Amino acid sequence: MVEYLPILVMFAIAIAMAVVILVLTHLLGPRQDDPVKLSMYESGVNPAQDSKVRFSVKFYLVAILFVLFDIEVVFLYPWAVTYKTLLSSLGWLMFWQMFIFVAVLLVGFGYVWKKGGLQWD
Amino acid sequence: MDNTVFTLLPLMILVGFSLLVLVADMMLAREQRPALGIVALIGVIVSLISCSWLWNAPQTAWSDMIVSDHFALFSYIIFLVSTGLTLLLSMRYLSEEDIQFGEYYALLLLAATGAMLMASGLDLMTIFIGLEILSISVYILAGFARRNERSLESALKYFLLGAFATGFFLYGIAMVYGATGTTNIKVISQVVSEGTIRSQSFLWIGIALLVAGFGFKVALFPFHVWTPDVYEGAPTSVTAFMSTAVKAAGFAAFGRVFLSALQPMHADWTGILWILAVFTMFFGNITAIAQRSVKRMLAYSSIAHAGYMLIAIIAGDANLSSGSLLFYLLGYAFTNVAAFGIVIYLSRKGETEFDGKDYAGLAIRHPWLAFVMAVCMVSLAGIPPTAGFMGKFYIFSAAIKAKFYWLAVLGVINSVISVYYYLRVIFVMYFEKPAADYVHGTLSLGMKIVLILSVIGIFQLGTVPGSVMALLQNSMMVFQ
Amino acid sequence: MVPVSYYLVVSAILFIIGMIGVLTRRNAIIIFMSVELMLNAVNLSFVAFSNLWGNLTGQVFVFMVMTVAAAEVGVGLALIIAIFRMKETTDINRMNLMKG
Repeated sequence: MVEYLPILVMFAIAIAMAVVILVLTHLLGPRQDDPVKLSMYESGVNPAQDSKVRFSVKFYLVAILFVLFDIEVVFLYPWAVTYKTLLSSLGWLMFWQMFIFVAVLLVGFGYVWKKGGLQWD
Repeated sequence: MDNTVFTLLPLMILVGFSLLVLVADMMLAREQRPALGIVALIGVIVSLISCSWLWNAPQTAWSDMIVSDHFALFSYIIFLVSTGLTLLLSMRYLSEEDIQFGEYYALLLLAATGAMLMASGLDLMTIFIGLEILSISVYILAGFARRNERSLESALKYFLLGAFATGFFLYGIAMVYGATGTTNIKVISQVVSEGTIRSQSFLWIGIALLVAGFGFKVALFPFHVWTPDVYEGAPTSVTAFMSTAVKAAGFAAFGRVFLSALQPMHADWTGILWILAVFTMFFGNITAIAQRSVKRMLAYSSIAHAGYMLIAIIAGDANLSSGSLLFYLLGYAFTNVAAFGIVIYLSRKGETEFDGKDYAGLAIRHPWLAFVMAVCMVSLAGIPPTAGFMGKFYIFSAAIKAKFYWLAVLGVINSVISVYYYLRVIFVMYFEKPAADYVHGTLSLGMKIVLILSVIGIFQLGTVPGSVMALLQNSMMVFQ
Repeated sequence: MVPVSYYLVVSAILFIIGMIGVLTRRNAIIIFMSVELMLNAVNLSFVAFSNLWGNLTGQVFVFMVMTVAAAEVGVGLALIIAIFRMKETTDINRMNLMKG
């Protein structure tokens, strides 16, 4: 049983640290709100307008689409790096699997386009 | 050319058809959209045929990340059956609810693909990806009625809790990886049985976190909180899918991980699962008694059934457990889809509240419909000669063979408790006077097919179970 | 060189902070951010274990987790926007149409 002890200690420390950090920020950071402090920071200049304007939902849509299509590159890089070394063992599969992967993405892209996801107005 | 690439053929077919549905959806006019359901259905049938093609040559493929053994293929059949039946239910229902969009069918096929990946994954990585393909599709499906506040709310709840559970599941995988240095199920099993793991406690923490992750997906007791609300708020056809295919996928992966990768540690994890199973059964059954709405009653009953299915895994014998588990899941798929089909039929447009008065006197208005509902209730209660009875019989006998006598006894006690609320539905249908003001519509062709197939399935499995059980002999290849 | 166990401890701390965030916050977006913190905490564990064992499985897993997290962000934000349009709030205490 002794060998489990370090792990148990590790988790105890982890939990304690997490709780301590959260509690400390509450205790050590007294909230003294005054108008200047609550006003938003705009490089020291007096704010021109209220920051709580509601962003158009179009921004979210663009952000979502960007994240979705952007992340796929993560698979293209390792594929490109290992292409030559794996070509001999995998053969045609090495090329076509990425072809299919991109083709699926392309269908998704066509879908977004057709549905008007790329239209700003 | 490498033949093993085609071990994924059933999944490739489904993905292909779901893309086809998406593309076709852009071309078709609004009135033609129900035809997309037919396209999706063809995809399911083609995929089912390709399973039979793979049946005789079980093998591992894709660098040992995929296995096409009988356990995986039979799970495919369960998922495809419930997906196909759900599609048949959905076509008319979507039009009635005014949510007839092609994406629904595409997402349903993708969800089924994720489920299949979970069942055939021989690596925790493939199981994780399958789980996420399935979950993300179902998050959207649960909120598919986007003008309906309940549907959106249930989707958000399901999504937040589901993502939370994914975190635990993933941390569990990381701990198992840390302890064994691999995520391959075969290798984990070897490493664990040889005892060459780096840290026993990492493995224990990993197991606990994996139980929490799976427990959420299949709605075990402390992790069930989302179940009633999500089942109630989601479009009913999606609920039918969730309670059958999603649960089956969760249990298939649960079984794969615990009955093969972690089988050498069987003695260590039975204790915690034993407690979970007992609590899940009692909680599900006792709360179900108090429900007035049939949809919510079915939600709690699905929690209780997760408890019974867990007994199969606890028994821990790869052969008996996987066989009885899959048999039970197939029977449950037929039964629950048909029951939810009737709930769909009896519900009024846009409404998700149901109480007894829709069911009162159903036997007079629609004798056949009442008969099908009665068969479903009898099967869920586990009374012969139905699939539910044989499924429970196999699971409890697996538990007894593995010397879990008390678990079997508690399971039987729970079955007896559940008889009360299942039979209450039958009582209301046959012995209460129908409400005068309620006019039932007509049955769509798809619904008729679902109900007929389900009744045949329930009696087929209940009377001649041997032929199906024969298919499940030595279903997990990992042990050979 | 920093021992691997340090990374594991940091990962555990991050994971638990995320967990506390999910359990105590009421705003759906913040809960969602906490979940993402949990996933990334696990990523740190994966990389640390990958280093410990000297194989690449853990790092490949991180790629998968990142992709999955991106897909979850897509669906999650869309859901939150849809619900905000209807209810004008993202407070999960107001999501109480069903008693469960």
